[in-house]
Amino acid sequence: MSAFTLPPLPSDDKRWKIVNGTMRKNGYARHALIETLHTVQSSFGYLDDDAIRFVARSLRVPLSQAYGVVTFYHYFSLKPPGKHTMTICAGTACYIKGTDKLVAAAQEHLGICMGQTTRDGNISLMTARCVGACSRAPVVLSDGEVAGEVTSDQLLAQLERWAVE
Amino acid sequence: MTIEELEQIATSVRQEHEKYDYEVNVCMDLACASQGADRLREALVKEAEASGKKVLVRRTGCMGPCSSGPLVRVDPSETLYRHVHSDHAESIVSSLGGEPVAELQCDLSDHFDKQVRVVLENAGYIDPEKIDDYIGRDGYKALLTALTEMTPNGVIHRITESGLRGRGGGGYPTGLKWGTVSKAGGDMKYVVCNGDEGDPGAFMDRSVMEGDPHRVIEGMAIAAYAVGASKGFIYVRAEYPVAVSRLTTALREARRRGLLGNNICGTTFNFDMEIRLGAGAFVCGEETALIASIEGRRGTPKPRPPYPAVSGLWGKPTLINNVETYANIAPIMRNGGKWFFNMGSERSKGTKVFALTGKITNTGLVEVPMGIKLWEIIDVIGGGVPDGHKLKAVQTGGPSGGCIPAEMLDLGVSYDALMAAGSIMGSGGMIVMDDTSCMVNVARFFVEFCMTESCGKCIPCRAGTAQMYTLLSRFCDGSGTMEELELLEELCDTIKETSLCGLGMTAPNPVLSTLKYFRNEYIEHIVHKRCPAGVCNIKAPVEVLA
Repeated sequence: MSAFTLPPLPSDDKRWKIVNGTMRKNGYARHALIETLHTVQSSFGYLDDDAIRFVARSLRVPLSQAYGVVTFYHYFSLKPPGKHTMTICAGTACYIKGTDKLVAAAQEHLGICMGQTTRDGNISLMTARCVGACSRAPVVLSDGEVAGEVTSDQLLAQLERWAVE
Repeated sequence: MTIEELEQIATSVRQEHEKYDYEVNVCMDLACASQGADRLREALVKEAEASGKKVLVRRTGCMGPCSSGPLVRVDPSETLYRHVHSDHAESIVSSLGGEPVAELQCDLSDHFDKQVRVVLENAGYIDPEKIDDYIGRDGYKALLTALTEMTPNGVIHRITESGLRGRGGGGYPTGLKWGTVSKAGGDMKYVVCNGDEGDPGAFMDRSVMEGDPHRVIEGMAIAAYAVGASKGFIYVRAEYPVAVSRLTTALREARRRGLLGNNICGTTFNFDMEIRLGAGAFVCGEETALIASIEGRRGTPKPRPPYPAVSGLWGKPTLINNVETYANIAPIMRNGGKWFFNMGSERSKGTKVFALTGKITNTGLVEVPMGIKLWEIIDVIGGGVPDGHKLKAVQTGGPSGGCIPAEMLDLGVSYDALMAAGSIMGSGGMIVMDDTSCMVNVARFFVEFCMTESCGKCIPCRAGTAQMYTLLSRFCDGSGTMEELELLEELCDTIKETSLCGLGMTAPNPVLSTLKYFRNEYIEHIVHKRCPAGVCNIKAPVEVLA
């Protein structure tokens, strides 16, 4: 077996060292692909082409497989998120308690659809499959902070606060 | 670690707790945490220190009745307080030793009396990040007893005797599965815990992993000993960051105590495990897709056989069980198979944890004996439908399950009875719907979920769910026809018969069950162009000729 040399880091950004750390911890095994992509996303907020190429080469995984994995799983994003992220839970309990009204209010207020970011890059609007806080449906995550029994007014007030920051 | 050492720890934990006159337990599960349980706990600690009383303030996992959160339970009096905020800390601490705080006190005896707690026995009693708390409540005793006093076959025999069936929803006999993996050849075997709780509207597994992580680890270690595995994986949804951090802490603590690693308890048994993160794919709850995901690939299922029990992770025999199944193992080992067998109904033994949500007064986590009537869960434990609305249906099994109409509430909860009613037990989501829910819209919601979650490998599921969604959307906007309803029914049968994995095979269930019990709602949408619940936005009302 010929010696394998690791590809150089894409840039001198320190976050790449964190990514490398995850791969090293897993012995650069191919099955660490998803773990590594998680580290990239949590460090950079999203996965761009450079990141996918770097991870694929480091783990000796075909680029097609790496790209396939990134696009298969909903959790991975190819686009940079906005400064703030409003995530509306779309689980069954939330649906029964009227998530659709929250979605409609947020979309109308920001003029974007779910999954998009406002043109100024300030706010991203996302849906979550279910965050497991079903007993307090409908649930919204403002920059990751869980709030339950949310009304349209509360949601719009939060969006307003972000807009004037 | 030997059994004697374990008992010493347990004794010293109990002695440590006896130093305190009062224990103030604060529920810090997601629902309570999202309402300021963190600040409440800090305030309680501060007040307790200032008061000079001997008070232990403890963070615990989910206590159950989330709709009353943030919850606090004061022991030894077992006084339960609801909707507690940091401002109340002072009055709670000063009431210790006197009369309880009347304005916060709540009586949820109806809610608790019908419940039987096996999986959730520690919920609300231990700090999930302290292994000693778990050991103090007989934790890891079952593992060490099994390792030193029982043969692997003896363990399998006890699990078989208990009648435990898979809690992930399928209901496959656990003892039988363990037996198959144990008999499979090869020197490398794996045990996997399926914590990919993908069912939207369910959070039982999250609560167990966050509230009592060692219980899952102990169950997996016992399973590994029984089947001859030395390596384990816990596959957890990335959407549950707290569960991941609690499990990480728990694994570290268990290793430190020598409960994981080489030569556990001085025996030849070696076992350790790793956490693997999911990445948001419902299909990864299917065992062959889960295996693909752990191997770092797209989560697409494979035809079975070969079953993972014979050829799973990297082609090796692999035991896959759900979080709740593993959580049942330690109590069965401690109390005996017969004890478990004597709970529940004829063919479904033990208890089941449900996440009771939707239009119901007491939302939260409940654990009930199998065979309990649905109405007991809804009306007694759940406290009925609020705001004067009428119960319409109860949904179990998530996107793979069905809706059980209000008329059938006398149904006993068991794998077979729910299946016969056109739903499934599922992993434990139980969503209550009242007269403000449109059943056609509900069916469309679930089909949309399956459509976006279909992995795309087999055509019946990939194309079929999309076609079902189109048809249901036409009913919802009032443009569907009776011919299309027939087409939908035919399509359901085809998808059910020909899909590769469980996702596709069960995707038509929400449609079939609503068609079975709420056909008139479909007819209303199609023929009279109206939505009885007023949910669907029917675009083109037809002119009614006088």
